[in-house]
Amino acid sequence: MRTPDTRTETPDPRVDSSLRWPLLALLGGAALWLVTGSVLAMIASIKFHAPDFLAACPWLTYGRVQPAADDALLYGFCLPAGLGVVLWLFTQLGQAPLRGAIVPVFAAKLWHLGVLIGLIGILSGNGTGFAWLEFPRAGSVVLFFAYLLLALWAMMNFAARRERALYPSHWFLVAALFWFPWIYSTANLFLVAWPARGIVQAIIGWWFANNLIFIWLALVGIGTAFYFLPKFSGRPLQSYYLALFAFWTLILFGTWCGIPPGAPVPAWMPALSSVASTLTVVPVLAVGVIAWQTLCGSTHCEPKGGPFCFIRFGFASFVLSSLMFIATACPRISRVTEFTWFGPAQTQLQLYGFFAMMMFGAIYHLLPRAVGFDWPFPKFNRLQFWLSMSGVLLFIVPLAIGGVVQGMKLNNPSIAFLDAIQATLFFFRFSTVGLLFILLGNSLFALNIFAMTFVWEKSLVKKAYAIVTAPLETKVETGSASASLRRDKEVQS
Amino acid sequence: MKNGFWIFIAVFLALGGSWCGFVLAPELQLGGAKQTTVLNTSDVYPVGRPGEATQGASVYRANGCAACHTEQVRQNGMTCGVTLTEAGKNPQAVTNLISSLVLTNLTKEEADAASAKITAAGGKTEIHITATGPDIARGWGMRQSVAEDYLYDQLVQLGSLRAGPDLANAGARADASWQLLHLYAPKSEVKGSAMPPFRYLFEVRKIGREPSPNALKLLPEFAPRAGYEVVPRPEARELAAYLLSLRANAPLYSAPISP
Repeated sequence: MRTPDTRTETPDPRVDSSLRWPLLALLGGAALWLVTGSVLAMIASIKFHAPDFLAACPWLTYGRVQPAADDALLYGFCLPAGLGVVLWLFTQLGQAPLRGAIVPVFAAKLWHLGVLIGLIGILSGNGTGFAWLEFPRAGSVVLFFAYLLLALWAMMNFAARRERALYPSHWFLVAALFWFPWIYSTANLFLVAWPARGIVQAIIGWWFANNLIFIWLALVGIGTAFYFLPKFSGRPLQSYYLALFAFWTLILFGTWCGIPPGAPVPAWMPALSSVASTLTVVPVLAVGVIAWQTLCGSTHCEPKGGPFCFIRFGFASFVLSSLMFIATACPRISRVTEFTWFGPAQTQLQLYGFFAMMMFGAIYHLLPRAVGFDWPFPKFNRLQFWLSMSGVLLFIVPLAIGGVVQGMKLNNPSIAFLDAIQATLFFFRFSTVGLLFILLGNSLFALNIFAMTFVWEKSLVKKAYAIVTAPLETKVETGSASASLRRDKEVQS
Repeated sequence: MKNGFWIFIAVFLALGGSWCGFVLAPELQLGGAKQTTVLNTSDVYPVGRPGEATQGASVYRANGCAACHTEQVRQNGMTCGVTLTEAGKNPQAVTNLISSLVLTNLTKEEADAASAKITAAGGKTEIHITATGPDIARGWGMRQSVAEDYLYDQLVQLGSLRAGPDLANAGARADASWQLLHLYAPKSEVKGSAMPPFRYLFEVRKIGREPSPNALKLLPEFAPRAGYEVVPRPEARELAAYLLSLRANAPLYSAPISP
């Protein structure tokens, strides 16, 4: 009962196949936005080496491209990929096929339409100006309803599960499904629709960003990883109770992080936030211990660069990025790192190094099972691991060090401001190369998903063609043709 | 799942706690905030921005200026100094006393003590408060930013990265013509600037019968070809007006400094 593998002895073949279309709709769009986002990030990064690059085009000015790149990664890839993986995990853990798959397909299309509206909004100068909430009203509303539909379908599947016992992943994922509409509606209502007064906007903005970037991603990413960790390592999760402990401490303490020390707000807020951040060390270390103890003694062996590697790298990134995040809540460290590149480095490690890598691992494992055939280019999966991993390291490590250097120079008023900024350019060069690696890795991922969708659609067309041509035969033969079709379907699923 | 309902309630409370703490409580504490007064005067603070500057804030948002610029000044602490304003009836005693006292770089308590000693000797004193910290030393402001500074901003754009200098007091540092020149060609005003030029906020046009009075007076290397002039579009003028309106130097109870 404690390993997801051993829960049901005779898995229902419809469980995987019921997800085929919704998953392709969610992940296909996500792959498109992933590549779009990394292209935009690349443009933004080049602008630091050559400020004149594409400067004449208002749509591509740095202040629009950078948030568009961030939002394309978060709303374009991370959220829909996370929702797709949640749908799959629920059907697997509960052993109940997804009913009414057309609704999540529609919701997925709606979601990606919302992202399109949002990105065009930002690039055309209609962003809201709030970090991680830049999408204009129309985009946000579409995203919100698409999310509600997807979450509703996931919860209906959860309620209809045939394997009644809960697994730790359930806790994380259900809490995440429930938390997003709350924070997203709060932020949109109090920041965009009826903006709060003065500095209250900034406080709500920090609360929202922390709960989306840190808590939501952690709940979904870790919840997913707790399913794959025992599956890949061949050992039960070490342990069930520690996982629940990590869950409760994360939602109790982690939700209060995010107000920077020294912010121009009443002093109790950053103080409370710093205390909460310190306590958040507990769930982060608990997750680290669970991963470590489950992996130790694992006899499972898989080719280097496979899904398991993504999951392990994701765990390491989670612990590191969370500790970096917690460190910046300490007033002494914050005095150096605040307002420097250390922050963007940490965020990127959280979004890409942790969450996106977990999702890649999960998707590489689950999509062939859902669609019913293997990846068109299986070697690209492993190549992507190496590209993305080295991209993340090349992007984050120099940028974090550069941020600390920048902060120390900014804190010394005898060093001119421009010198402090130019000192970071050396580190920035590495991170631009890192982004290039990430872009290449993402392209391989997208290529594989697009090719897979194409192959599947081709098979659909073939099947449709067979059905259209079948009735032309005599009655007896029609019966046998549809019987053989049925047999085909069974073989495929 | 016989405890499902109670588990749901517990998760609801655990997550919702932070909502009460960082959405509801700040709204209750600060949502009804009113103007305050400048320290030791009856002037109200803050006063709203002029109309053009309010539109400029929207240009600032649309072009994502906050991606590289912050609008918040930090301070590490403050130092106090005591100055003598009147020597009183016994100047000699006061002078002797002053020569034996340290009157600069004091904490608030030390300054109060020194001031009390001089007052006891018959002199009159004033205590000066100066904020300290790298931001202050860089001339980005005279004191730290506080919640009151943002009271009338329809959109609070604090920013989180300093790839460019802090702008909380940009209006106190440069005038409109500098801002416009800097927006059109940053390198003409700041050598080695990493800021992208915002040329699309300007119009390069043929000089008519006589040159426009608003045309930028650019250095030859940044000027358009002969017979053409660079005129700011309304967005550029609004943005410059917004930048000029950025001033947060008033001494307040929550951030005391001496003017």
